[in-house]
Amino acid sequence: MVETTATAEPLAHYPLDALAAGTRAIGAARLTALGPVSRLAFRGREAAIQAAGEAFGVALPREANRRNTANGRHALWLGPDEWILLAPGADPAPLFAAIETATTGLPHSLVDVSARSVTLEVAGSKAAYVLNQGNPLDLSLDAFPVGTSTRTLFHKAEIVLSRITPDTFHVDVWRSFAPYVWEMLEDARRELA
Amino acid sequence: MLIINCPWCGARPEIEFRYGGEAHVARPADPAAMSDQEWADFLYNRTNPKGLHAERWRHIHGCGRYFNAVRDTVSDFFVTTYKAGEPRPDIGESGQ
Ligand SMILES: [Zn+2]
Repeated sequence: MVETTATAEPLAHYPLDALAAGTRAIGAARLTALGPVSRLAFRGREAAIQAAGEAFGVALPREANRRNTANGRHALWLGPDEWILLAPGADPAPLFAAIETATTGLPHSLVDVSARSVTLEVAGSKAAYVLNQGNPLDLSLDAFPVGTSTRTLFHKAEIVLSRITPDTFHVDVWRSFAPYVWEMLEDARRELA
Repeated sequence: MLIINCPWCGARPEIEFRYGGEAHVARPADPAAMSDQEWADFLYNRTNPKGLHAERWRHIHGCGRYFNAVRDTVSDFFVTTYKAGEPRPDIGESGQ
């Protein structure tokens, strides 16, 4: 979700290093592995939702499959009591502590899942077309507007798909599935070269 | 592709879902008081109707939530979906 440059944490790119080095430049559907991001999985009920949003600096969206963004941070609705919180940088500890402090005594769950997944960016005029090779959602701007984020599938791998701009999507995928998704995306964009 | 209406997410493709068996099967409050046959009925025996069937589904590759659906087992038509905890909609046992 958050564009940062890969610096301190070599693990963040590890599954895709070799693949990304060999990728072809295709302007209509550019494929990029994004740098490290802090990812926190938050689950909770009413009282904790409000407090977590205030500590995070982004209100947690209450509408299904929406994403709220402020100051480079993103709060993604994944379920009616489940969110993923994204912040730039590879160190989630201060953020984790801030939210944990704000939600003390309120039933909730907060888990650092920063290393669980990697984020790919698919951008260009054919980005939606390429994603639809492995995902059956209606990705028209009416049905899947900017600000939409949802868990879904890309071929056989579970992903979290976000529309950042009309032509820019982020694909968050579990680390061990990343090479599979990457190569299926490469396969889908081959015809555009 | 079959489209299923998640009560939370709206219309989504069937591959995002998993079936969860018959809905509204309440766990007995006092299993120790039941006969073996009654307990076996709770565990194993389902209505298996030809026609409308209230059943659980999980939007596992979406919002992750369980919900209920009324589906026609003959046509595979989803008559309606509703959130877990809500009562079975007042729809007949068969037909539409
Ligand atoms: Zn759903």
